[in-house]
Amino acid sequence: MNPALQGLITIIVGVGGCVGYFYFSNVFIDKVLFPAKGPHAGRNINRANMIRPWLFLAPALIALGLYLAYPVVETLRQSLSERIPGGGYRFAGLDNYRQMLNDGRFWEAMRNNMVWLVVVPAASTAIGLLVAQLTDRIRWGSVAKSLIFMPMAISFVGAAVIFKLIYDTRPVEQDQIGILNALWLQFDGGIGSVLMLRALPALIFAAFAAMVGYAVWIVLRPVIRNSRSRGGPVAIVLRLLASVIGVWLMVLALISVADIFGADLTYGTPQTWLTIPFWNNFFLMVVLIWIQTGFAMVILSAALRGIPEETIEAAIVDGANPFQVFFQIKVPQIAGTIVVVWTTITLVVLKVFDIVFAMTNGQWETQVLANYMYDKLFRANDWGVGSAAAMVIMLLVSPILVWNVYNARKEMR
Amino acid sequence: MDNIAGSKPALTWAVHLSVLALVLLWLFPTVGLFVSSFRTADQISTSGWWKSMFPSEQNLTLRTADPDDEGAQVLRDGVYVVEGNLFGTAGSTEISVWGVSSQDISAHQAGDTITMDDGETMTVQANGDYVWTSPSELTGRGQRAFVTAVAPPVFTLNNYKFMLFDAKNVEGMSKAFFNTLTVTIPATIIPIVIAAFAAYALAWMDFPGRALLIAAVVGLLVVPLQLALIPLLKLHLNIGIGKGYLGVWLAHTGFGLPLAIYLLRNYMVGLPRDIIENAKVDGATDFQIFTKIILPLSFPALASFAIFQFLWTWNDLLVAMVFLIDATGETTVMTKHIVELLGTRGGNWEILATAAFVSIAVPLVVFFAMQKYLVRGLLAGSVK
Repeated sequence: MNPALQGLITIIVGVGGCVGYFYFSNVFIDKVLFPAKGPHAGRNINRANMIRPWLFLAPALIALGLYLAYPVVETLRQSLSERIPGGGYRFAGLDNYRQMLNDGRFWEAMRNNMVWLVVVPAASTAIGLLVAQLTDRIRWGSVAKSLIFMPMAISFVGAAVIFKLIYDTRPVEQDQIGILNALWLQFDGGIGSVLMLRALPALIFAAFAAMVGYAVWIVLRPVIRNSRSRGGPVAIVLRLLASVIGVWLMVLALISVADIFGADLTYGTPQTWLTIPFWNNFFLMVVLIWIQTGFAMVILSAALRGIPEETIEAAIVDGANPFQVFFQIKVPQIAGTIVVVWTTITLVVLKVFDIVFAMTNGQWETQVLANYMYDKLFRANDWGVGSAAAMVIMLLVSPILVWNVYNARKEMR
Repeated sequence: MDNIAGSKPALTWAVHLSVLALVLLWLFPTVGLFVSSFRTADQISTSGWWKSMFPSEQNLTLRTADPDDEGAQVLRDGVYVVEGNLFGTAGSTEISVWGVSSQDISAHQAGDTITMDDGETMTVQANGDYVWTSPSELTGRGQRAFVTAVAPPVFTLNNYKFMLFDAKNVEGMSKAFFNTLTVTIPATIIPIVIAAFAAYALAWMDFPGRALLIAAVVGLLVVPLQLALIPLLKLHLNIGIGKGYLGVWLAHTGFGLPLAIYLLRNYMVGLPRDIIENAKVDGATDFQIFTKIILPLSFPALASFAIFQFLWTWNDLLVAMVFLIDATGETTVMTKHIVELLGTRGGNWEILATAAFVSIAVPLVVFFAMQKYLVRGLLAGSVK
């Protein structure tokens, strides 16, 4: 049968079946099971109304349970069992996890994922916030926003092709058709190269370190000054933990600054960007940043619009300059939204698969967890370790899950 | 407010310029792919696409007409002459220098007449017209000419013809395009129907455990679908669905439901209570309230989710690879097809660019046509 026809039939059967189910099950409880007439009319109406919500919910609950809740349990079980040669499975305790932890590729994937987790949400949110602020008051702002938002509609695979063209490499005697190499060959080691390739990146890293340092200071200040706002013991531990991570990030950024000045740049040679270990991760991250910035921008732009004008007017009357208005008045008021954007992009990053799969397939030390898992499941056919890797992803997601549920419940009260 | 925001003219200009720079930076990659899909393989591999807007200098190897061809060679004033144009017909391509030896391809200026070893002469004009003469009868193939020419920008639709409409092209996109469409449409519509009813129950019906269910939906929103791959594939194989459209429709429905329920419930909860209570007083059943009042009023939320789900299923690679595409590859979708082309045709950018653009085009149209709903959905969907 033609798949298109099959699709059409499925739509009709699926939609018709759903609507029919909802309609007839309602008719059934109202007319047959608990008819709203006769001696027990009142009791029947009540009973029908007790059952009705579950009729409405049933298909969704079955689908959710079968397609999302059951797999979590099943994957957990799978990660704890191993295949018996000749068929069947048996409980294997933590063997799969031990095997995974002894695998260098797993740690490579973990390291890369951690870098992704820091860089992509930070860059997307920062650029998104910048664009949102810049376009806020200019007349063609909505056009600009819609163009920057556009990559959201492009598939990861499409984006991979787009960026592979950018990173393309030709032999040195030919014209470069990838823009990055064409630009790279413009640099010859002169003063311009030093400014663009050493001073500018160093400045960006230093600025990042400074920003993190500022954030650490804000987090630690209540503890150091022993003020009331530091919160209970749990809050203090969290603050200290956050500061340690922040200081670690700062150290990394400062080491990178030194690296940039120490790096031996081979001017005049076209580079195969995607095969340079460690840095190729960044070339992959650019793709996701390019896609996610639009999302951050849209949400943050709406949040900026929601800031009460009086607060800004008051600041201006008090003599604040535009930068002070932005950093000290606007950003604190949209801090909640920034966290939401950050966590949402974090979720996307944790699941990132298509980009790595299509561009490098984890070669040249670009492995990430989702692709590692796919490798194990479908190439090595090692379902135990693959499921263990999936559980690691689940584990990394779960703090956000708990946080979201907690917030949703708080909001409903 | 603009004037108190107090920006000085210089700052305003800086804002305009930096926004412009960012927009161009963001557009540049896509435009590159778009332009490349209209260029020939030769053009793509010899020059960057950003040069394609301008006349470009190219080195070409061309050949005169074969003297053996009927009527190509004429005897005029005692010499044998072959005349014609190196490009077939004179176009706007301008030859600057040329040569007849591959050792020295820029030996002569356009318009020069040269004498070769055996008394043959050759003249090449700037527009490609040539005159090739010989005292004796010419035989064999035509004379080679290496030319350096400045060609005006040329764009072609041939890549699209080849990738979409060429029945003989086994790598064509048309099959994958229809397969993607076949996956997408049911996978968008079915979850909407199921989710709408569930969302109504969660928003407007009172029953024990409602709050718990809403919390569960919020929790399931972030469960990575990677976890579901193996258990569900096993389930599908066991109950006989196997790999195929039915499996992928069901999987997309399941994975799309949490967001659908969440978005629709949040929207429905905000609808005015009066309308619903009045309808109840007038004796409407829940089913009637839902279909006659709630559904029409919820159109914006339905549209938002429909766009999300459409973009997500259209652009999806992982779910299709696991639940749909079997060993025969008959049911391949566009994303998978492109990944395969990246492997086998890594250097053929005319094919890759065209294939990628075919798959991006539909989401882009949807995006620009329904951006309003997409933004609204994003704002409602990001968990606050």
